[in-house]
Amino acid sequence: MATSNQSTLPPVVTMSGIVKRFPGVLANDHVDFDLRRGEIHALLGENGAGKSTLMNVLAGLYRPDAGIIQINGKTVNFSSPRDAINAGIGMVHQHFMLVPSQTVTENVLLGLDDPRFLMRLNEYDGKIAKLGEQFGLHVDPRAKVWQLSVGEQQRVELLKMLYRGVQVLIMDEPTAVLAPTEIDDLFKTLRSMTEQGKSIIFISHKLNEVTAIADRISVLRRGKATATGVSAKGVTTQDLARLMVGREVVFRIEKQPSKPGDVVLDVKDVYAENDKGLPALRGLSLNVRAGEIVGVAGVAGNGQRELSQVISGLRKCTRGEVHLAGDTVSNRPTLYGIQHGMAYVPEDRTHVGSSPNLSVTDNVIMKKYRQPPISRGGLLDMTEATRFAKVLKEAYDIIVPTVETPVRLLSGGNLQRVILAREISGEPTFMVAVQPTRGLDVGAIEGVHRLLLAQREAGSAVLLISEELEELLSLSDRIFVIYEGKIMGEIQLSVDRESDKVVETIGLMMTGTPLEKIGKGA
Amino acid sequence: MTETSSPQTGPRTGSFRIKLEPRLEEPPRWYPLVVSLAAILVALFFGGILIAFAGGDPFRSYAHIARASFGNIGVLSDTLVKATPILMTSLACSIAFRMKLWNIGAEGQFIMGAFGASAVVLAPIVPADTSPWIFIPVMIVAGMLMGALWGWIPGILKARFNVNEIISTLMLNYISISWINFWIFGVWSEGGFQMSPRFPDNAWLPRLLDYADSIPILRGLTTHAGLLLGIAAAFVLWLLIYRSRWGYEIRLIGDNPNAARYAGINISRNTILVMMVSGALAGLGGMSEITGVVHRLQTSPIAAGYGFTGIIVAWLSKLHPGVIIVVSVLFGALILAGREIQPSGVPKMIQGIILVCLIASDFLLRYRIRIVRAGSEE
Repeated sequence: MATSNQSTLPPVVTMSGIVKRFPGVLANDHVDFDLRRGEIHALLGENGAGKSTLMNVLAGLYRPDAGIIQINGKTVNFSSPRDAINAGIGMVHQHFMLVPSQTVTENVLLGLDDPRFLMRLNEYDGKIAKLGEQFGLHVDPRAKVWQLSVGEQQRVELLKMLYRGVQVLIMDEPTAVLAPTEIDDLFKTLRSMTEQGKSIIFISHKLNEVTAIADRISVLRRGKATATGVSAKGVTTQDLARLMVGREVVFRIEKQPSKPGDVVLDVKDVYAENDKGLPALRGLSLNVRAGEIVGVAGVAGNGQRELSQVISGLRKCTRGEVHLAGDTVSNRPTLYGIQHGMAYVPEDRTHVGSSPNLSVTDNVIMKKYRQPPISRGGLLDMTEATRFAKVLKEAYDIIVPTVETPVRLLSGGNLQRVILAREISGEPTFMVAVQPTRGLDVGAIEGVHRLLLAQREAGSAVLLISEELEELLSLSDRIFVIYEGKIMGEIQLSVDRESDKVVETIGLMMTGTPLEKIGKGA
Repeated sequence: MTETSSPQTGPRTGSFRIKLEPRLEEPPRWYPLVVSLAAILVALFFGGILIAFAGGDPFRSYAHIARASFGNIGVLSDTLVKATPILMTSLACSIAFRMKLWNIGAEGQFIMGAFGASAVVLAPIVPADTSPWIFIPVMIVAGMLMGALWGWIPGILKARFNVNEIISTLMLNYISISWINFWIFGVWSEGGFQMSPRFPDNAWLPRLLDYADSIPILRGLTTHAGLLLGIAAAFVLWLLIYRSRWGYEIRLIGDNPNAARYAGINISRNTILVMMVSGALAGLGGMSEITGVVHRLQTSPIAAGYGFTGIIVAWLSKLHPGVIIVVSVLFGALILAGREIQPSGVPKMIQGIILVCLIASDFLLRYRIRIVRAGSEE
C-alpha cells in the first residue's frame, strides 16, 4: 500500500482516448483522464455530459468502443464490475445498492466467497468495525440497513468497497443525498482515505464542493473533456462554470420579438418536499406572461422536477400558491389544471408522459377522452379517436406505420412529438415543458423548438425547464436560475443574448451564487 | 426502425451463435395465435411423456380426453356446465388484472355470490312461490352485490391504506368459506346435514332439459342459462374495457399508473370500483353455479376452486374477454375429462404443463431468435 504522493510512479489510473457510443448519443468522445496516487480528482460536468458513462467504463459496467485503460501502467480490459474490483477499482453509485432488511455486516459480505458456508457473523462484525474505525466510517455493523440514515448507508457502501481492498474509489455525486453536516463528515473520511494511500474520483456538478475537496479537476461537456487534470488551486469558479456550461449557441432560431401579455402563471413563494420528504422547493417565485417563453436554468436535482409537479398538480406544496390566470391550481387535482388550459410535457417521456403498451391513438386522447366528440355517453367513439390520431400524425410528422402501433416502439423523437401533439392540440393557455429535448437527435430537437416557439407566437405562456443552457438561451425571453429550490436570479434576454457575461452569470447562479452578489464581484 | 445489433448474445455453439434480439416491431396478427398453439402442442408432447411414464398410452389417453369432453352432445353439455363458473371467475380476474390489481379472491367472491343468491331463497328475501321472472333477477342482484362487497373490502383497504390486495383477497377466501359454513351448519341446516334445503324450482336457472318436451334432443342436457349470463358478461366486459371511457382509464392505469395520474385519473377510486366489479362478476358466477347446478347451499361444490382456475384462464387468455370464453371451455373439458382418467394427479399436471409452456412462449413474442455465423456479422 502506497503511503504518499510519488510522482515518479505511473498514475494509478490512466484512461486515454475513451469513446463510448449509445444509440444516437456520443457519450464519451476521446476522453483522457488520469488519477494519481493519494489524490482526490473531481470530475465536473452537467447532467448528460458523460461523467457517469466515463466512470462506468472504468468500473467495468460498460465496455468502451475505443480507448485504453491502464491500471498502475498495465493495460486492462474489464468485462464486469468484478474484474474492476479485483483490479482495485470500486464505484459507489448515487443510488445505493444495499439490502435494507440485512445488517451492515451482511451487506458488506454479500457476494463474497468468504464466509463460505457457516455464517459466523460475529467475527466479521469485529473486522468491519475495525475497518470503519481506520477510515473514520462509524456505523454499527449489527444495525439493519433500513434503520440507517442516508449518510450511514453511504458509509456502508464505502465499507463494502474498502473491505474488498479497493485502491481507487469512484464516488458518483456522493453529496447529492446528504445533509450539510453529513457532507462535512464525508469530506473528512475522504481525506483520511487519501492519507492512507487510496485515490478518489469525485463526480459532482457543485462547484463549491469541488473546489473545497479536490486536488485536481477535470471537466466534461457534451462527452468531451474541456479540462483535464488542472490543479484545483489554479482555477476560479468562473472558469469552471464556463468550462462546464460552454457558451456557443448551436441553434440560431429566428424569432419575433416577444409581445408579452398578462401574467398567466404565477408561482408565489412555493415550498414543497421531494419524494424522500426533504425540502425541494424553498420559497420559489416566478411568473410567465402570455406570449413569452420563460426558461428555468439549473443543474439537475435542484427542484426542477418538483416545480413542474407542483404546477401540474402532481405534487402538493406545503406553502405558497400557484395561480393560473388568476385561479389557484396548486394543491388541486391534476384534472383541474388540465381542464383549465394547462399543458404539461413531463421530463420522463416513457414513465409519465406516455403509456408504452397502448397505441398512439390511446396516447393522444389521454387528455381528450372525457369530452365529446371522442367521448359519447360513457363510451369512446373509436372512429373519432382514430381520426383525431391520424390528423395529429400528419400535422406533427409522427413517423409510425399506423396509429394502432404501441408507442413503446417509437423512437424518442417520435414519442416526444406524440406528447407535444397531444399537449398542443388542447390549445393550452399555459404549457410547462421539462427537458423536452433530452436524448433527442439534432433534427428532432429543432422540431421541438419550433413547436415551442409556435406556442409562443400563438400567445400561449410557456415555462421551459431545461438543463441545456444553449436551448434556454436560444428560446427564452427571460431566464430564471434555480438552485436548491430557490431562484438565484432572473435575466432578461432581449439584448445581450449570447454574451459571455450572461453565460458566466448564469453559470455562477447555477452553482449557488445569487445574482446580487455577482454584480458586486464584477 | 432499422437494424440495431443487440448486446445480448447467446451461448456459442460451434461456429454458429444464437442471437436474441428484442422485437422492435409488432409481430403480425396471426403470430401470437400460432405461437400459443405451438406451445400447447409442446405441452401435450411433454404431457404425453408424463402419461407414458405413469404407464398409460398417451395417444389413447388424449383421444379419451377428447371423447369424454367433446365426443357427443351429452358430454359437450357437461363440459359447458363446467366451463360456466370458470368463465365468470376468469372474467372477474381479467378486469382486476387489467389494472394490475392481483385479485386472488375470485374464489371468495364466488362463494359470497352463491351465499347472496341463497339468502334470497333461505332468508327468505322473496317468498318461495315468486315467479322466476322476479326470483332470478333478484338472486342475480343479490349474488353480484355480495361479490362486490367481497371485492370492495380489499379495494378500499388497498386504496386507503395500501394494504396488499393479494394477501387481503386470499384471506377473505377463507373467511367466506367459514361464513357459509356458519349458515349451513346452523341456521339453514337441513335436518342437521351440512347443507341447506333444496331451492324451490322457480329459483332454478332454466336448463336445456327443461325444454326436452318440445325438443327431444335436449333430454338430459344440464347446460343452464348461466352460460348465457357468462357470455353476456364477457361481451359487456369487452365493451367496457375496449370501448368505454372507464375502460380506457383502467387500461391506462394498468399499463402506466404514472401516466394515468398525469392524465388526471383518480387511481384510488378506480381501485375500489374495479375490485367491486371484479367481485360482482365472480359473485355472478357463484349465483349461476348455485341456481343452475347445485340448487342448495353446500360448501364442497361451491368452494371447488373455480376462483383459482379463473386466475389461470384469465392469464392464458391475455385478459381478453373473447378468448376467455374459448379457454374456459377448454379448461372445462380438461377438468371433466381429467376426472375420467384419474381423479387427480396427471390431468392437473398436464394443466400445469400447458400453463408453463404458454407463459414461456410469451418470450417468443418479445424476442426473435436468430442464428448467425460467428464472426460473419456483428
